[in-house]
Amino acid sequence: MRRYFGRKLLVYALTFVVAVTVNWMIPRFMPGDPVAGMVARAGVSQPAAAEAMRAYYTNLFGLDRPLWQQYASFWGTLLRGDFGISIWLFPTPVSTVILRAVPYTLALMVPAVLLSWVAGNRLGAFAARRRLLDNTVLPLGYVLTATPYMWLAVILAWGLGVVAGWFPVAGGYSFSLQPSLTAGFLLDLLHHWVLPFLSLFLVALGGWAIGMRNMIIYELESDYASYLAALGAPARLIRRYAFRNALLPQITGLALQLGVLVAGALVTEIVFSYPGLGSLILKAIQNQDFFLLQGTFMFIVIGVLVANFVIDLVYVVVDPRTRAGMAGARG
Amino acid sequence: MTAALTETRPEPRAVRREALHFAVRNGKLVTGFAVVLVLLLTGLLGPLLLGSAPPNEYVAAPMLPPSAEHWFGTTTFGQDVFTQFVHGLRTTFAVGALGGGIAALIAMVVGFAAGYRGGLLDEALTMLTNVILVIPTLAVLLIVNAYLGIRGVAVQGLFIGLTSWPWAARAVRAQTFSLRTRDFVDLARLSGLGTGRIIAREIAPNMSSYLFMTFILLFGGSVLIASSLDFIGLGPTEGVSLGLMLQNATQWSALQLGLWWWFVPPGAAITAVVGALYVANVGLDEVFNPKLRTT
Repeated sequence: MRRYFGRKLLVYALTFVVAVTVNWMIPRFMPGDPVAGMVARAGVSQPAAAEAMRAYYTNLFGLDRPLWQQYASFWGTLLRGDFGISIWLFPTPVSTVILRAVPYTLALMVPAVLLSWVAGNRLGAFAARRRLLDNTVLPLGYVLTATPYMWLAVILAWGLGVVAGWFPVAGGYSFSLQPSLTAGFLLDLLHHWVLPFLSLFLVALGGWAIGMRNMIIYELESDYASYLAALGAPARLIRRYAFRNALLPQITGLALQLGVLVAGALVTEIVFSYPGLGSLILKAIQNQDFFLLQGTFMFIVIGVLVANFVIDLVYVVVDPRTRAGMAGARG
Repeated sequence: MTAALTETRPEPRAVRREALHFAVRNGKLVTGFAVVLVLLLTGLLGPLLLGSAPPNEYVAAPMLPPSAEHWFGTTTFGQDVFTQFVHGLRTTFAVGALGGGIAALIAMVVGFAAGYRGGLLDEALTMLTNVILVIPTLAVLLIVNAYLGIRGVAVQGLFIGLTSWPWAARAVRAQTFSLRTRDFVDLARLSGLGTGRIIAREIAPNMSSYLFMTFILLFGGSVLIASSLDFIGLGPTEGVSLGLMLQNATQWSALQLGLWWWFVPPGAAITAVVGALYVANVGLDEVFNPKLRTT
């Protein structure tokens, strides 16, 4: 078990280093000059002013120092929790801007991911046992998992929001309200949360249902299932064992899908102008706020790493083989 | 010895004929590929048949609903949605082929090398694969594309390919690992064949169906990632794609104005392409894996 966690933590540490390095490298090694771009965007016409700005930015990024010093100081500021100042919301620090948005993204993602996982597994296990159900759940599952997240969001916003008028289609809460801990505000918050949640939930649901259905069918062909059947065990009992075994790859699948799920949450937020990280990224891109964009990137990477680690912990609890020090199923 | 070998191994042509026999009788495979083919032909031939009009030209009155003249209606600016749609399909297929192809290539190189060679190389490549697997792909692509001033379809496909290969590399590695201890591989090694030729002639052909299915999944994944990037506003700076159409539609409030013909077709096309590929993939699985055949 120590070996299992040691390996995991090594991968996560390396991933973090790679992510930070990528974050540091891209502005410096991409074709084009980011400083020249920023000066040009500021629209300064006087050559003297442009030169001063250029010197200011070069100094700010430390671009005049040797590369290794730039790299070291990049780590230094990062470990102090300093992500720079947002240009879009000048002079708010990037970390403050991001921390304000994170609760919305988490409130959207965590329930959608967990509920779709649970419901999808139930649905898939259900489909595996009846041919009629299988023939309806499977095609529907494939359509859902092939749907781009933003498109389902757009369709739901149009159908249930604009046409039916049941739900608001923009923002995290009504613009007329001030954030407060009153029942009215919380209800409003919930009202705005339903559609983005539903759209995330539905797209993710299809993939889990298909995965579980395939795993159950695979498990039911295995030796222990045949043995149980030969002993005369009821089909329900065999299916329960199959379900428990099929859950393990689905947990691994959850870890593998995290990146896709985050991407889905980001574009869904953009459709609904939901005030989470997705909308923040859109604003950062529109306003050429690279500090904010890079800060958000670091936050997403850290979030995904933490989630991965939590899934590893869950895996150890669920699968006794990892505890006994036998080969863990997750490579 | 060689005679005995050829006898035990079925004739490749017979294998192919058997696969074809089951392929044309597999509903999932035929339907899936038919849908993809229709959309591919629309994307390939549509722009030729519609003439040389650029897709973003203002050709008619704004906000027209679908009609005989403008099949998918027009945008708020009076652009023809159908013209954009066929050009967008072309871009979508290009990104899928390029991103999926590059990812499949990297996955094969990494997977074969790690699975066949083993040892320290395997350790290093597996570590690399795991690290890139954990990094959220879209977040990296966001940063890269944001710093690219001018973005094209080719560069987008290239970067998608460079970031989406890890799971496929793991799958190829696992398959190679199980094949490399087989007798025929040992025999090839004994007969003095080089590593590259063993992989190309003994291992890869034995998992060709698997590799093809991996490519299909990578293709679908690339299409979805590209559409997300386009939607966030980091799509190609020139031209049109299905994701860019969705972005424009939401940005210019097609939702509030009720211009459903602007945002329904591009999303439906992406869903159809990717979904049909997934279904065809299940069909392929049944064709190549006798255990899964229901008939």
